Amino acid sequence: MKVVVVGAGPAGTRCAVQVARRVPGAEVTLLGAELALPYDRVALSRLLAGEVEVGDLITHPILALEAAGIRFRAGVAVAALDRAAQVVETTKGERIGYDRLVLATGSAAVRLPLPGAELPGVLAYRDLGDVRAMLRLAAEGGHAVVIGGGLLGLEAATGLAARGMKVTVVHAMGWPMDRQLDPEAGALLTARLGRRGIRFVMPAATVALEGERHVQGVRVDDGRVLPASLVVMSVGIRPHVALARAAGLQVARGVVVDDAMRSSDPAIYAVGECTEHKGRLIGLVKPALEQAEVAAAALAGDAACWQPVPDQAALKVSGTAVWSAGEISAETAEAIILRDEDAEEYRRLFLRDGRLVGAVLYGDTADAGYYMRLIAEQHVVESRAELVLGSSFEAAA
Amino acid sequence: MSGVTRSTCPYCGVGCGVLVDARGGVTGDPAHPANQGRLCSKGTALGETLDQPGRLLHPEVDGKRASWDAALDAVAEGFRKALAEGGPDSTALYVSGQLLTEDYFAANKFAKAVLGTANIDSNSRLCMASAVAGHKRAFGEDLVPGIYEDLEQADLVVLVGSNLAWCHPVLFQRLVAAKAARPSMRVVVVDPRRTATCDVADLHLAVVPGEDVALFDALLLHLHAAGLTQPAPGLEAALAAAAGAAPRLPPADLARFLAWFATTPRVVTLFSMGANQSSAGTDKANAIINCHVATGRIGLPGAGPFSITGQPNAMGGREVGALSNMLAGHLDWATPGEHAALAEFWRAPKLATQPGLKAVELFQAAGAGRIGAMWVMATNPAVSLPDAAAVRAALKRIPMLVASDCTRESDTVDLARIRLPALGWGEKDGTVTNSERVISRQRGFRPWPGEARPDWWAISQVAQRLGWDFGWDGPAAIFREHAAVTTLARPAQRVFDLAGFTTLEDAGYAALAPTRWPVPAPGVQGGRLQPMARCVPTPPRAPAHATSAGFPLSLLTGRLRDQWHTMTRTGGVARLMAHVPEPLVSMHPDDAGALADGALARVESAWGSAVLRLKLDPAMPPGSVFAPMHWTDRFAPAARINPAVNPAVDPISGQPELKHTPVRVLPVPMAWHGFVLARRPLPTDLAEWSARLPLAHGTWRHELAGEEAPAVAFARLRAAVAEPDAAWVTLDDAAAGTHRAALLRDGRLLAVVVLGATPALPARDWLAGLFAEERIGLPARRALLAGRPADGPAPTPTICVCHGVSAGRIAAAIAGGACSLAQVGEATAAGTGCGSCRPEINALLALAAPRVAEPA
Ligand SMILES: Cc1cc2nc3c(=O)[nH]c(=O)nc-3n(C[C@H](O)[C@H](O)[C@H](O)COP(=O)(O)OP(=O)(O)OC[C@H]3O[C@@H](n4cnc5c(N)ncnc54)[C@H](O)[C@@H]3O)c2cc1C
Ligand code: SF4
Repeated sequence: MKVVVVGAGPAGTRCAVQVARRVPGAEVTLLGAELALPYDRVALSRLLAGEVEVGDLITHPILALEAAGIRFRAGVAVAALDRAAQVVETTKGERIGYDRLVLATGSAAVRLPLPGAELPGVLAYRDLGDVRAMLRLAAEGGHAVVIGGGLLGLEAATGLAARGMKVTVVHAMGWPMDRQLDPEAGALLTARLGRRGIRFVMPAATVALEGERHVQGVRVDDGRVLPASLVVMSVGIRPHVALARAAGLQVARGVVVDDAMRSSDPAIYAVGECTEHKGRLIGLVKPALEQAEVAAAALAGDAACWQPVPDQAALKVSGTAVWSAGEISAETAEAIILRDEDAEEYRRLFLRDGRLVGAVLYGDTADAGYYMRLIAEQHVVESRAELVLGSSFEAAA
Repeated sequence: MSGVTRSTCPYCGVGCGVLVDARGGVTGDPAHPANQGRLCSKGTALGETLDQPGRLLHPEVDGKRASWDAALDAVAEGFRKALAEGGPDSTALYVSGQLLTEDYFAANKFAKAVLGTANIDSNSRLCMASAVAGHKRAFGEDLVPGIYEDLEQADLVVLVGSNLAWCHPVLFQRLVAAKAARPSMRVVVVDPRRTATCDVADLHLAVVPGEDVALFDALLLHLHAAGLTQPAPGLEAALAAAAGAAPRLPPADLARFLAWFATTPRVVTLFSMGANQSSAGTDKANAIINCHVATGRIGLPGAGPFSITGQPNAMGGREVGALSNMLAGHLDWATPGEHAALAEFWRAPKLATQPGLKAVELFQAAGAGRIGAMWVMATNPAVSLPDAAAVRAALKRIPMLVASDCTRESDTVDLARIRLPALGWGEKDGTVTNSERVISRQRGFRPWPGEARPDWWAISQVAQRLGWDFGWDGPAAIFREHAAVTTLARPAQRVFDLAGFTTLEDAGYAALAPTRWPVPAPGVQGGRLQPMARCVPTPPRAPAHATSAGFPLSLLTGRLRDQWHTMTRTGGVARLMAHVPEPLVSMHPDDAGALADGALARVESAWGSAVLRLKLDPAMPPGSVFAPMHWTDRFAPAARINPAVNPAVDPISGQPELKHTPVRVLPVPMAWHGFVLARRPLPTDLAEWSARLPLAHGTWRHELAGEEAPAVAFARLRAAVAEPDAAWVTLDDAAAGTHRAALLRDGRLLAVVVLGATPALPARDWLAGLFAEERIGLPARRALLAGRPADGPAPTPTICVCHGVSAGRIAAAIAGGACSLAQVGEATAAGTGCGSCRPEINALLALAAPRVAEPA
């Protein structure tokens, strides 16, 4: 059986490896648009911050892929699908036939269509190329502006600050990481990053990027112009669905898949950030890898079913432990809050009908796994005060 | 300071001798007849009460510090004005069984000779006035015929209204030891409550409150029918009055009691507050005494009626006559010649000519505006008297209220216009008399703090300003004068005689060894007494106020094992507070209805109410509730029980009926319950309901409940303990109404605030212990909010105060196989100190008995 995987990000690579392992006699071809070996995208922030080297990011050296029986081709982007013929066509016109196709095209960083958005020095934060470009500009020092104070934006900001830049984050909400943090944790984080020299302008919207041949500043809606020789846009992601849509697959915001990761074409699977499952997109590596496993199992003829668990997110900035999971909007849930001013620790749990549905941990995230488990188990909580104190108080409760 | 000082414990009427070493360490005096080396938990903790915070150190007039001269002038002026405007009977003294005999003597002389009024009464009125009146009716004089040894020599000991285990622990220990040595000895406890004392009892007669007279009347009838009575004056009348007496008791129990009493010649009937504090208290005393008089079982080894007092020197007060219905030295107005003899001896032409107002009447007169000047010494009537709200109002109405006290922290001192600093235990010098007539020295071994002075000195200074020279240079001179008074108007029947002390030199006084009166000549001392005695008719009658549909329960008040009076001294000692650390009202579960254990409950009578935490206790007799009388504004303003207590008094003794007030108990719904632990006491108005208690390490525990939203209260309480440069650890569960916080600075715990929607809150003991830690690390901080260590169990309350052993450890020892007191003692040291916790250890053993019995 010929299996072609399009996209060599974490999901695609994992799926290729698993298919090669599980489907006897499979010929697996992994095509990646990026001119790089499969690497750990999640670790880009650590590369930017100077904590690791490029080589450390490589997850699958070429020898390992060969040993796994995978034909890997870097720098090969697929331009079209011919479903009738069961053939993919690369941008270079090469046609590769398949019995089963796996789409793992991931997503692209959203670029705001602002005046000046195309100026040199305005970057997204998505791949190795972006990080290389950032590092080149950062080497010259000066001011950087990160548009978007989400998880990635903050990692970009701290990375650039670690590289010696004066960084300002422009964020649309009143506190950073608003999708993962409640306002109080957000305020703690703002203060902590502030002590590292990162400035926040929020809530504020970017109106334009200024500069002639290179970006020089960012104009925000209060009229200020923030100086910047580097601007990173980190305002969200959008699934890569052009291929699938053009081929007539069912596509909503992402490629629509069933529980076994099959698209509307039984011969085509989709995994990772390019998918949409039961109306929901994913944006993290863990579910992407799970989907890759499920698809590989399905391809191998095993019954497989992806059961999403609530998302959890952690900020990978050394010296700041921030973690959140599940639902964190206070409107419908009851909150239990733990604060330790001295230790700069904070946690807020969200309960509905006596069950844990979400958690924000700030400062001490050692109990992340404990809360993740409780959120997944959905048991009614016995002693609420002890719950927020963490796993070490669980036993004797 | 050199060597050891011999003195006397100032807490209860047992009057134990103590040895105080140079560092203030206190041990029992093996040479003292009362305790022979033993001490109870209160006595053992004496050393800890020496340095009391909140001492009154300087005279104050109108709230401002004043010199002694100015303050004494103001007191003299106040009395002068009252005398001029309202005559002698508009002046009064209200004193206390805490005073030394010499101070007492000075106060009595000041009232009766200088002011010319017998308006001097003592808080002893609350304690044993009925016993005094009973003694006078039976013996013609206030005499306790027996001695403590009788309790050990008796074959039957009947304890009436006496929780000896808690109230007179050393005597209890002696009784327990005697019974252990001689198991044939029997103990009967007559008490509506199943108290800790019942632990040693062979029989507990749970009398219906107020039916003690009927019980002893029935006993008298039974003894007579059995042919055991001998002719005695008044016996026929007493029998006639007793006819038909029928106490409501289980017939078998009653029969056993009657039979035991009848067949046991060596019988001691010991009675105290439970009998005295009644509107028929005098009759109770006489009903008891009648049975001993009629059978001739009095003044013999191991036989006699035995009144025991609550206060250390109630007896001394009785001896000097510092009650409104006595003159001095067992002299009285009724006996011809005695008044004249005293007037001549004192050269007091205006010596009071008739009895004055008794405590309750006195404050009623004050409330009616008839008292122009009152001097209160060493007592806290604002708290301890029944119908306390009215007493407070009365105190406020007195134009010149003087309070002499060692503490500034008393509700009565608050109300006083003039405050005079008095000496405390260890500072003052004088004598006290215990319940077996033994006069012992209390000796000072500490410097006088601030400007504090002896009460006798302050009294004689005021007397001087009113034109009297008492001429005393110290307590020995007063003691000699007191002894001389007992020799007046003789020859006479009066047994009370200190003639042997009239010539006692100062040195002899200084070295005085414990001596039992009468002391007719130097070197002679008294033993058992066999006074001329008569029977007194005591027709049974119901308490003054009957329970009703509206007030269906009967309220008894009493004391706790480790607390003394209104806690002005013991309240400051954490170790003593640990025993029953909260204001509790106990009630039988059957009476509880919708009331839940641990909830707050309002005890309400026709006179007033108090709010305490409800403890459902199967040991309580159904129909009764018990509340301790200790709580004050200082500690738990809403838990002061005396406003609810009826002001009914015994018609003869004037002693209030503290053991029977019809009440109802109502739930007190509160929006939140909580506690605050802090390194300083916080105001008691912190919440609608609050009780504050000292803990070890100088920390304070505040038990609280209130009506505002928990989150609002939490913010307020946190603000109340907030400190600069300190950081909070907090836990908020607004939906559940749970809020907890700990305040730390550099890892040192400063305060803990815990709130919940229900009274179920983390245990306090363990948290309190953390105040001793130098540094509390990060992980342990969460434990602060849990109220327990991460994987450990919740701590349990302290049972053995001497060795700090918790109920949990005792239970663990029992679970580990200990099945007797001795074995628990071996395993944990619990019960091997003063022994007052042994009944509670026994209770734990009893609880576990079925389990212990089963082979594991
Ligand atoms: C800087 C950064 C930090 C992150 N940190 C975290 C984190 O801490 N935790 C977390 O859970 N997630 C994190 N993420 C998100 C995580 O990286 C993604 O969820 C994950 O990479 C998704 O994997 P994927 O394989 O679905 O998609 P991708 O990783 O986006 O991989 C898709 C690959 O397909 C290639 N491709 C696209 N179209 C074609 C085509 N037509 N032909 C061939 N190849 C194509 C793309 O070039 C890309 O290499 C982070 C992302 C970034 C950018
Ligand atoms: S029994 Fe009474 S006198 Fe003796 S030590 Fe205890 S409190 Fe003091």
